[in-house]
Amino acid sequence: MTYIAKPKLRHPGIPVNKRGFTHRDYEGSISTLCAGCGHDSISFAIIQACFELNIEPHRVAKLSGIGCSSKTPDYLLGQSHGFNSVHGRMPSVLTGANLANKELLYLGVSGDGDSASIGLGQFVHCVRRGVNMVYITENNGVYGLTKGQFSATADKGSKSKAGGFNADSPLDLVSMALMVGATFVGRSFSGDKTQMVPLIMAAMSHPGPAFIDIVSPCVAFNNHAGSTKAYDFVRAHNEAVNRLDIMEPREAIKVEYAPGTTEDVALHDGSTLKLAKLAADYDPFDRIGAMNYLQSRAAAGELVTGLIYMDNGPKDMHANLNTVDAPLNRLSEKELCPGSAGLAAYNAAHS
Amino acid sequence: MSQIKSVNDFVVKFANVNGSGSASANEMFARSILRMGVPVTSRNIFPSNIQGLPTWYEVRVSGKGWLGRRGGVDLMVAMNPQTWDKDVASIDPGGYLFYDSSRPIPASKFRDDINIIRMPLTEISNAAYKDPRQRQLFKNIIYIGALSQLLGIEIEVLEKLIGEQYKSKEALIAPNHQALRMGHDYARDHLSEACNLKVERANEVGKRIFVTGNDAAGLGCVYGGATVAAWYPITPSTSVAEAFAKHCRKYRVDKETGKNKFAIVQSEDEISAIGTVIGASWNGARAFTATSGPGISLMQEFLGLAYFAEIPAVIIDVQRGGPSTGMPTRTQQSDLLVCAYASHGDTKHVLLIPEDPRELFEFCAKSFDLAERLQTPIFVLEDLDIGMNDWLCEPFAWDDKRTYDRGKVMTAQELEAGKTFGRYLDVDGDAIPYRTLPGTHPSKGAYFTRGSSRDRFAKYSEEGAVYQDNMQRLLRKFETAKSLVPAPVIEKAREKAKCGVIYFGSTAPAMREALAALAADGIHLDTMRLRAFPFSEAVSDFINAYDQVFLVEQNRDAQMRSLLVNECGIDPARFISILHYDGQVITARFIINAIAERMSLTSREAAE
Repeated sequence: MTYIAKPKLRHPGIPVNKRGFTHRDYEGSISTLCAGCGHDSISFAIIQACFELNIEPHRVAKLSGIGCSSKTPDYLLGQSHGFNSVHGRMPSVLTGANLANKELLYLGVSGDGDSASIGLGQFVHCVRRGVNMVYITENNGVYGLTKGQFSATADKGSKSKAGGFNADSPLDLVSMALMVGATFVGRSFSGDKTQMVPLIMAAMSHPGPAFIDIVSPCVAFNNHAGSTKAYDFVRAHNEAVNRLDIMEPREAIKVEYAPGTTEDVALHDGSTLKLAKLAADYDPFDRIGAMNYLQSRAAAGELVTGLIYMDNGPKDMHANLNTVDAPLNRLSEKELCPGSAGLAAYNAAHS
Repeated sequence: MSQIKSVNDFVVKFANVNGSGSASANEMFARSILRMGVPVTSRNIFPSNIQGLPTWYEVRVSGKGWLGRRGGVDLMVAMNPQTWDKDVASIDPGGYLFYDSSRPIPASKFRDDINIIRMPLTEISNAAYKDPRQRQLFKNIIYIGALSQLLGIEIEVLEKLIGEQYKSKEALIAPNHQALRMGHDYARDHLSEACNLKVERANEVGKRIFVTGNDAAGLGCVYGGATVAAWYPITPSTSVAEAFAKHCRKYRVDKETGKNKFAIVQSEDEISAIGTVIGASWNGARAFTATSGPGISLMQEFLGLAYFAEIPAVIIDVQRGGPSTGMPTRTQQSDLLVCAYASHGDTKHVLLIPEDPRELFEFCAKSFDLAERLQTPIFVLEDLDIGMNDWLCEPFAWDDKRTYDRGKVMTAQELEAGKTFGRYLDVDGDAIPYRTLPGTHPSKGAYFTRGSSRDRFAKYSEEGAVYQDNMQRLLRKFETAKSLVPAPVIEKAREKAKCGVIYFGSTAPAMREALAALAADGIHLDTMRLRAFPFSEAVSDFINAYDQVFLVEQNRDAQMRSLLVNECGIDPARFISILHYDGQVITARFIINAIAERMSLTSREAAE
């Protein structure tokens, strides 16, 4: 219903966060995606996470590639600058944007076609470089905008809506992210808001390359029996390894967990991540253990979700490049141009 | 036997095997002549290989200051048996062949119209050194020593250069001096009077500096305020990024904190490199990439995005021989069209075309002003000849009062004051809209950047009229660009000219020499050196003033002619194309012959 402008009217009792923003301040245009699309649930979860974290909307830059998922930045954070770039190439644009101004929060929204097929190279290299960002793939296993072709994350043997079978091996972006050095890796399901919101909040608080793969069924082309990305299938095979809760400093703990099953993790922004362990022996601070666990559960047909890995002391691209504290886009000729004195030395050295 | 006799005006060519350490010895040879006050230029002709293939180094000595390639060879230093026949054949009659006579070469392999200078270099080197690598490296220094004696280069000058070169490795100075002396003394004792080419001390170099274009380009980007560079290694552009890194380490490290006022990313490919440049520029940093033809091919989709979404970007294209992998270590001017009209759909891009390292420095610095002013990609089109060869050019200059033109960026204050912001709205009549940077204002000025069609307020639209309105504005913006890019350099002949000649880029020094020679023969030509695309009115005015205009290009398809015909609506028959595209640097002799032949044809036709 894109032709309908969003009403500006606000309910007087609408909740306000610490910075005085309401949910409405984090919304964007009305979604043009299909009714029931998992991607819209993810957009809501992002909005909720920003609200909870008291983020100033204009201090976020949202970037995407091409595809259904890549349209969604338009449907959230209307006061943020957005960049809908070219197919599969958002990671490089985000890398450049981040280089220019390290002070903003960079949100990359992509899909399985955009990140696992055409953009696989850019995805892994962006993560490798340690770009400080939240990178979310809205993973539905199909190309929605071109009406239902398999993507590279479709499981072998999956059935397409048109009746075809996928003979190719699937590509798991979560394993890939772990392998190439993401310092925050999570997976979730668009049908599970209680898992998604704290996971996105934790990723936004993480000062390094944070990646979340969110399985998000395509109601139009991949929600049938025989698809491993359908709502019913994911619900039946979802194996959450933990539950998260983000708490701001000094705030009372709301949720009570059985003793010995929770862990408090201090995050860089001063808040605390409360981690409730669902799989008793799962350690999300062990990269190699996480990779082994993922592989063995995948072999058993389960989809591991939750906080899969976190390095709580990451170094990001700017640290690696040893850049100055001020954003590069704020430096002027005074700081950048060596002037005629510099040239005199150059000319002398070359005569 | 005739002997070419010349003082301060000849061509020496070294034929070597790459990886043998000859490059630094040969460069020292060229520098020693410069230090004697005699202008030289050098051209390195190298393979896409690290060790074992033929490589040449050509030194043009010109007291008169002709800095292009002349054509022909007066003295061949033949150190590579693989290319012997071709090397011997390329010597001008009466010229000299200097070679390593340690192993016998059959008489049939020589010519009787050239002068042979024999020196048992391997024998001498092997007798003096035991280590095989030393034998190889010092052999190069030995022949430089011999040449200094043969040509009259002061050996003290060479000794001083060795001292400068090994400033930080002092132990190497004495053995190099010794090798130099060894060669020099052998020539003095055995080869006196063998060569009539001489270098005589002069005062013709002045304040000029000897630099490669790629080094100048890297420096130009530092001066232009680039803070982000993203690149992928490709010959012949790699040394631009490396030079930028080197100059940044020198000029851009904060003294107090030791932190960098720059960021350099070696991307995974050229697509990523241009993407990073676009992302950084979108977010208000000055950013560039350096690449060559194949990289330009890969960047096409992103270049269309930058054009259509109006994002600044600077692309330094060091052109090489195409198409495909083509001749990666040879020079050409064959990326004009792929850059001017890069990407699918209707696009036009700004090209800057420098003539030498000095102008390249200037254009690189200026390109960031243009990119931000015009909010569009700016291509700096240099080539392998300018980029990778040492050129003698005027010292670089910078006006300390100069400030950066950051273009139309709406500030938080302006937004707060209620100034209307439409990302694609032409408010000033120059078709350049205002942009805002991410994070500027809490509630005003945010917009969605996209490669899809949108209205003046950046709202998605596939309506025909809205799309056309935007495309027309982009055309008008390109009109604005005409007044901002460097104007062509037009020079009138001393006598009234019937014809004009157009040239651009690295053709310039050979062209100057050719023009002087043609004028001496009574052929006078007005000239226009193109420096940018789009073309201003001065360009078509120049062409329209003559019935026939020569157009000298270093490509097969006369790409500049296509651009001129297409953009200025000129009758293609007015142009006489002179095309040089074998990958070697264009020579003055080639231009002279091509123009003289055509002129005599024309005068003969007129007489008949």
